[in-house]
Amino acid sequence: MRFVRTAWLVVRKDLVIEARSREIVYTTLFFAVACVLVFAFGFVNEGRPVTDAAPGILWIAIAFSGTLALGRAFERERQSETLRALMMAPVDRPALYVGKLAGILLLLAVVEAIVVPLVALLFHAALFDRPWLLLALLAAGTTGFAAVGTLFAAMLVRARSRDVLLPVLLYPITIPVIIAGVRGTAALLQADVDVPMARAWLSMLVLFDVVFVTLALWTFEPLMTE
Amino acid sequence: MFMAAPFLIDGAPYESTMGLVQKIFYFHVPSAMTMFMSAIVCGVSSAIYLFKGRASADRLAVAAAELTSVFGVIVLVTGPLWARKAWGVWWVWDERITSTFVLWLIFNAYLLLRKYGGPGSEKLAAGLAVFGMANVPFVYWSVNVWRTLHPKTTVVPTLQAGMRGPFWFCVLAFLLFYVLALSARARLESRRAELEALYLAIEE
Repeated sequence: MRFVRTAWLVVRKDLVIEARSREIVYTTLFFAVACVLVFAFGFVNEGRPVTDAAPGILWIAIAFSGTLALGRAFERERQSETLRALMMAPVDRPALYVGKLAGILLLLAVVEAIVVPLVALLFHAALFDRPWLLLALLAAGTTGFAAVGTLFAAMLVRARSRDVLLPVLLYPITIPVIIAGVRGTAALLQADVDVPMARAWLSMLVLFDVVFVTLALWTFEPLMTE
Repeated sequence: MFMAAPFLIDGAPYESTMGLVQKIFYFHVPSAMTMFMSAIVCGVSSAIYLFKGRASADRLAVAAAELTSVFGVIVLVTGPLWARKAWGVWWVWDERITSTFVLWLIFNAYLLLRKYGGPGSEKLAAGLAVFGMANVPFVYWSVNVWRTLHPKTTVVPTLQAGMRGPFWFCVLAFLLFYVLALSARARLESRRAELEALYLAIEE
């Protein structure tokens, strides 16, 4: 019970700060939209989008803006040394991790709520034919990405050149998430929808989430101890 | 052993369809095996360092990470050389190639983190290595479903008698070389730590 309460307090703190400044949500959102637009110039040929481009663009936009949001969220904690203060508080360390993770997930959910319809609109993708399966893929994929990302961003707070190191460390590790997300979404977008394939990728994403959230909870304590 | 290897490889029979190019296999496969072993060594010793805080495990992990990177380069260079001849292209996005490449990237990220992460980055790098090791089956599975073209590992037991000898000779040579390089590198690291401790002692 204490665990849930601590996590909730961390989430609430992040939400209150974000609700007052709206800094991360606006910058991340516009970055994601800009990302999609830049891809549009690369993948639209004579007014028609290249077939199969939509899932890749969607997931790359999510991964890039997710990295940005993670970096900003922890930069804020670093500037006023609040992460250290959190670490000194007499609470479960893993609860702090869960709190930060939930905050990032809420933020990315807002971003996805805008970016997914945008991609569907700009690339003529029938993303909403199977809304529940798509929602499950997005949720599982974002959780996996953010689970690894939150841990790495938190531990990089103490490191030098953290801005460039975060993507360098995060992208190789989250390659399975990107592949599963892109292929799963692509299976939903084919002319003949391949539901079993999408389900297979979804179950892989869920497995990834379970393994990496467990691993992160397990290593958070020794990693964050100086 | 490396002196003898070229003669043994020269003596091995030519493969019927590929001829001379097939000989690269004697270096490619052993370095790939060594690379994967090195990655496991790095992951396990990182986990020991992270949870037990033993500095010697950390030194072993650096040594293993560097060797993973080196053997990774050998694998990723010899692979395309062979593929150009066998498949007609330098690079294909198949499961083994891609997962080897990803693994290589992870361990280079580990080295970058250690080099540019500033003080305290050993622990962070150890965390990364643990994650990297846990990641291998996922990368393998996902790329497996995505694409497949590479010759299976089952090719090894079906080798002709004349090829088998040199092949296992090369595997052994690479493994011995690996152990030698690993222990030398770990010793260098521990000497460095001793030196550091001595400097600190003088200053005090």
